[in-house]
Amino acid sequence: MNFYATLLIALKALRVNKLRSALTMLGIIIGVAAVIVMIAVGGGARAQVEAQIKSLGANLMMVFSASPTFTGARSAVGATHTISEDDAYAIARELPESIAGAAPALRGSGQIVAGNSNWSTSFYGVTPDYFDVREWGLADGRFFEPAEINGAAKVAIIGKTVATNLFGDASPLDQTVRIRTVPLTVIGVLAAKGQSPGGSDLDDVLLMPITTARNRVLGATALAKSRSVGSIQIKLRDGADSKEAEDKVRALLRQRHRLQPGQDDDFTLRNMTEILQTREESSRVMALLLAAVASVSLLVGGIGIMNIMLVSVTERTREIGLRRAVGARSRDILQQFLIESITLSLIGGLIGVALGTGGAQLIGQLAGWPIQLSASAILLAVSFAAAIGIFFGYYPARKAARMSPIEALRHE
Amino acid sequence: MEAPLIRVENLAKHYQLGDTDVPALRGVSLEIARGTFVAVMGPSGSGKSTFMNLLGCLDLPSDGHYRLDGEEVSQLTDDALSALRNRRIGFVFQHFNLLPRTSALDNVALPLLYRGLTAAERNDQAAQRLRQVGLAERMDHHPAQLSGGQQQRVAIARALVGDPALVLADEPTGALASRPGGAVMALLQQLNREGITVVVVTHERDIAAYADRIIQFRDGLVVDDQANARRDAAADFAALPTT
Repeated sequence: MNFYATLLIALKALRVNKLRSALTMLGIIIGVAAVIVMIAVGGGARAQVEAQIKSLGANLMMVFSASPTFTGARSAVGATHTISEDDAYAIARELPESIAGAAPALRGSGQIVAGNSNWSTSFYGVTPDYFDVREWGLADGRFFEPAEINGAAKVAIIGKTVATNLFGDASPLDQTVRIRTVPLTVIGVLAAKGQSPGGSDLDDVLLMPITTARNRVLGATALAKSRSVGSIQIKLRDGADSKEAEDKVRALLRQRHRLQPGQDDDFTLRNMTEILQTREESSRVMALLLAAVASVSLLVGGIGIMNIMLVSVTERTREIGLRRAVGARSRDILQQFLIESITLSLIGGLIGVALGTGGAQLIGQLAGWPIQLSASAILLAVSFAAAIGIFFGYYPARKAARMSPIEALRHE
Repeated sequence: MEAPLIRVENLAKHYQLGDTDVPALRGVSLEIARGTFVAVMGPSGSGKSTFMNLLGCLDLPSDGHYRLDGEEVSQLTDDALSALRNRRIGFVFQHFNLLPRTSALDNVALPLLYRGLTAAERNDQAAQRLRQVGLAERMDHHPAQLSGGQQQRVAIARALVGDPALVLADEPTGALASRPGGAVMALLQQLNREGITVVVVTHERDIAAYADRIIQFRDGLVVDDQANARRDAAADFAALPTT
């Protein structure tokens, strides 16, 4: 008996009981749709976190002067600059096995004026290492030359947001911007990075040589002497253990700052990778949890299929007896009912895929969540549905196949 | 002399009802020659149904031998029995047993489905059998759209489609009025004249009268087995008043 003929029989049997077939499929439809929506939303959330990791630069760690959260006698952050440019170089020099680079940065903020436009933003005094550490390329122009760093040249590289707000669509290259009366020539525009994990605009920034920031713009001689900086951005080597690297950096800084055991750190170390990994982990756990809930509804749908198939086998006992009498083998009957349940679950699965994809798009639009539909998730859901058809259809089909032809024929 | 189509020796069947062993058939030996029209009679519980099930290869005997067309049946596997039913035996039931919501043509073609024939071959042969039973105009009708007599003729066409050596009819007129019942008997006699061996189970003397041989069962044994001068069903049918 060929497969196609069996499939036709199955489709016909399902058509005869339209409402019943539809209700039975509903469980699978809801299950599959739920799985797809969950995977799409979960995948989207994870992709967002991954994009944020990328935007920060992979394997990033940051050291700040003092801690803004400490209370009482301690000065506010920025008032005392406890970490220095030399700390950054020491980290890069002494921990080469786990650190790929360490870039000091001085932060300030203020009004930037170009022609008759102005824009309020943060600016950073940086060294060329900054671009490597942050894995930040240029959309246009060039990086700082070493001579420009040494000579406190009046040059700047600006972020996309700043460029747009000051110059619109015009090229900012070779234009002059003024910040706190210091004129700077724009030599480059940073590649767009988008949002930080905290939601702030990473492209709303202006970079200048660290010397320019210290000597000309911030103009604090005390800072100049100590070569202190606001932060050090540290990039780990690929494959380096971030926890271990964090401990090493902390130990090195404590040693350099001559802190006694038991004394508090005079700096704050933030391991971005760790934070984001934790976030990614929790979003993955969430997605798994939701997928598990969705799977339960698939399971319930499968039980519904088994139930209906058992009813169908009982109802069609005489048909089974007749088919056996005219020559159907036991396995022909098994095949017939199995194909029927698989068809039921597969059609349900396909409808579920359609609803799930549409539903995910809708949720993405209404809730503003990022969604990520993958072919593998759809394939997974459909094969899961088919597997349910086989699994839950097998018992009723076997029951049908094992009926004695005589008793089946005699069944009223 | 030609070998008989059916030869049974000491055929016995016991059923297990709880702890008790119930003998349904207690050693039946007989032969049925090719081309005969046999009526099997007996009260309920006489073992005639069990005997028919065994003849139809729907069940295996507890003891004894059954040779159908030279082939020993009692040792066959379930799959082999299915194949044997498919190729050698046609069944006609009291309640027709047609598939509902299925056209007459598809009903008749059903046995061919299990032979792996293509849809075109199946439909072709089924159509030919429907013409043979006089239902050429009703091929697309569903059972619910056919009269009882027509339904039974569809069932007979289905029994014939596989070109069987043996047709087993279990009370074929039991659910029919006398006129359509007469037509069914006339059809069975006609098939028999064309060479098919027919075994009919009936409790009606009138129906048994159309057979060449009448076998009586009682308490699991054959109690009477006599030749009969068959009546012509077609003539009786023609003589029935058309109401």
